[in-house]
Amino acid sequence: MDANNQDLIDKKSLVEIQSKNTPSAMNTTPIDLGQIEVLQILNEHGEADQGLDPNLDAQTLLSLYKAMVLARAFDHRMLTMQRQGRMGTFAPSIGQEACIIGQVHPLTKDDWFSPSYRSFGAQLMRGWSMEQLMRLWAGFHDGYPPPKGVNDLPFSIVVGSHVLPAVGVGMGMNYKKQKNCVVVNFGDGATSQGAVSEALNFAAVYKAPVIFICENNGWSISTPLKKQSANEILANRGTSFGIPSIRVDGNDILAMICATDEAAKRARAGNGPTFIEAVTYRMSLHTTADDPTVYRDEEEVTPWEARCPIERFKRYLINKNMLDLDKVQEIQETCEQDAINARDAFYKMPPADPKEIFDHLYETIPEELKAQQQEYFKRLQNKGVGQ
Amino acid sequence: MNKLTMVEALNLAMKQEMERDENVCLMGEDIGVNGGVFRVTKDLQEQFGDVRVMDTPLAECGIVGTAVGMAIYGLRPVVEIQFSGFTMQAFDQIEQNMARMRNRTRGRYKIPVVLRAPYGGGIRAVEHHSESREAYWAHTPGLKVVIPSGPRNARALLAASIRDDDPIIFYEPKAVYRAFREEVPDEPETMEIGKANIVVEGSDITLISYGAMMRPCKEAVADLKEDHDIDVELIDLLTISPMDTETLCASVRKTGRCVIVHEGQRTCGVAAEIIARLNEEAFEYLEAPIKRITGFDIPFPYFQVEEHFLPESEEIVASIKETLDWQ
Repeated sequence: MDANNQDLIDKKSLVEIQSKNTPSAMNTTPIDLGQIEVLQILNEHGEADQGLDPNLDAQTLLSLYKAMVLARAFDHRMLTMQRQGRMGTFAPSIGQEACIIGQVHPLTKDDWFSPSYRSFGAQLMRGWSMEQLMRLWAGFHDGYPPPKGVNDLPFSIVVGSHVLPAVGVGMGMNYKKQKNCVVVNFGDGATSQGAVSEALNFAAVYKAPVIFICENNGWSISTPLKKQSANEILANRGTSFGIPSIRVDGNDILAMICATDEAAKRARAGNGPTFIEAVTYRMSLHTTADDPTVYRDEEEVTPWEARCPIERFKRYLINKNMLDLDKVQEIQETCEQDAINARDAFYKMPPADPKEIFDHLYETIPEELKAQQQEYFKRLQNKGVGQ
Repeated sequence: MNKLTMVEALNLAMKQEMERDENVCLMGEDIGVNGGVFRVTKDLQEQFGDVRVMDTPLAECGIVGTAVGMAIYGLRPVVEIQFSGFTMQAFDQIEQNMARMRNRTRGRYKIPVVLRAPYGGGIRAVEHHSESREAYWAHTPGLKVVIPSGPRNARALLAASIRDDDPIIFYEPKAVYRAFREEVPDEPETMEIGKANIVVEGSDITLISYGAMMRPCKEAVADLKEDHDIDVELIDLLTISPMDTETLCASVRKTGRCVIVHEGQRTCGVAAEIIARLNEEAFEYLEAPIKRITGFDIPFPYFQVEEHFLPESEEIVASIKETLDWQ
């Protein structure tokens, strides 16, 4: 570990780290192996580093802002529905919108995305509808398959178990000589899973076009990072497998976009995987079944409110005269209404068909299973359901 | 038509399937230049290159997990796990993704992965090299479990497994790998997965087994015929899951008596499942309790004493006579 990295360990949070050592995220020079760089473009006051600002066009910037506001509005709507007893347990991503949305923005439709379960904003960007995500978390089978034309893997509930298949998709791209890439995200807790280390190793050995986004939000349910890993710079995981790795301010959407975009270019050019540690914070619950007050001091959360990714980006856009407070209000209301409309549409969707549970396990249902299916149908009939 | 060992027959199946479909690829530890520790993939890397025949890092979970992803991307990976005991490292990916991805995505992503692994005892190997835990996979929804018993059916079943769109655990009886030769047609041949084979027709009693245990069973059947004029109907299961219940039941309805042999542990084993099915479907035809000869519920013993752990033909003969004498 070099002196620069040692410094980072001593810092309390990423926002205290200046971007003076940051490489240009937009140039095409590959990130140096073995170096953990830190990328921040927007500071928490929404001021951009002029040398690093990608200067995205107004339309793109506004659409990104709307995507972040929508993701949060969706989370709040889902929380309300859950508290009303009309939604299952789910994992909110409040406070992580920059990271989640920034990582998929550089992807094309032919690139693939393999999310963890805390990825609403990204799934909406990729073409999932809010109604479908509601179906999914409300326990409907038809919520799970990625929509037609959306090259996403389903998220996994077993933490970290989706990362190896994502690498396999990347290996498949190499096999078929297709110049695309895969983004796979996982949390800090997942880095403790052996399967995630195996995934990093396979990607490195096969130069698979995979971008690993480690969303370090500080908590794995009740376990803080310091109890999860003795090496709290998780980007070191990447370098230890020979993967170019970078540490990014995960609450800075521009930094996330630039880092992922460069990693995607590297991947598509045949230069293999990149590991991005996105430092962020889980502002809310692990899931709706969780009560963080049992294990987390609220004082720890407060400073992160000032680092809110949406607030920061909003100030940047206001400074650029792309947004004013009226427009902010309008976007907020529109997004909240969109989430309400989705909820209403979701409530009008047909009930679950209990008859479908044997479908799709095999290409053709085996005889023995067919017999069990008939037994089950008989049970339904006796109960007078699913007619 | 050549006389091949099971190792050569399996090699032929993979070679022909790779020639037939460019999406068929092989993954595993030491399967390339080395041709696999049992040489089942011998010369295939030379013929097809290292993109299609991949020497992987030493990580079974990693191999299976990435194979699942490659299958999602349209490939048909044939994975070699060096010994079936090492599939436990991959349990996570087999159970969480390989077996369930089709169901999870409601048919959007099929997983045509074949996981090949040598299984069973009898070759004087170290610990974890003699396991016979097919019951785990038969218990796992979404998988098919295939176990051949000789060169010809090994070749035909492996070819069929590679063409099958569902994930398959393909356990190869390594005690049979080079034990004998059989005529295997040059032209590609497949067998239907999910069908048991009546190897010897008989009317006195049904004997059910699979894999390496088919050899002592065949010996027992020949001895019983020769010494006691007993006509045993011998059934080779071939596919453990989905099980060909109908063939088993039809035979027991005819003979009224049944003995089952496998080397895997007894509790919740394959024999237990067969007995349950016969109980459900052929109870009123039974003349005697069904007997099972299986591995005991202990870890596979070290090899100085392994021969005493594995079922032998004498015991099968005795069990059949006992079942026939029961009244």
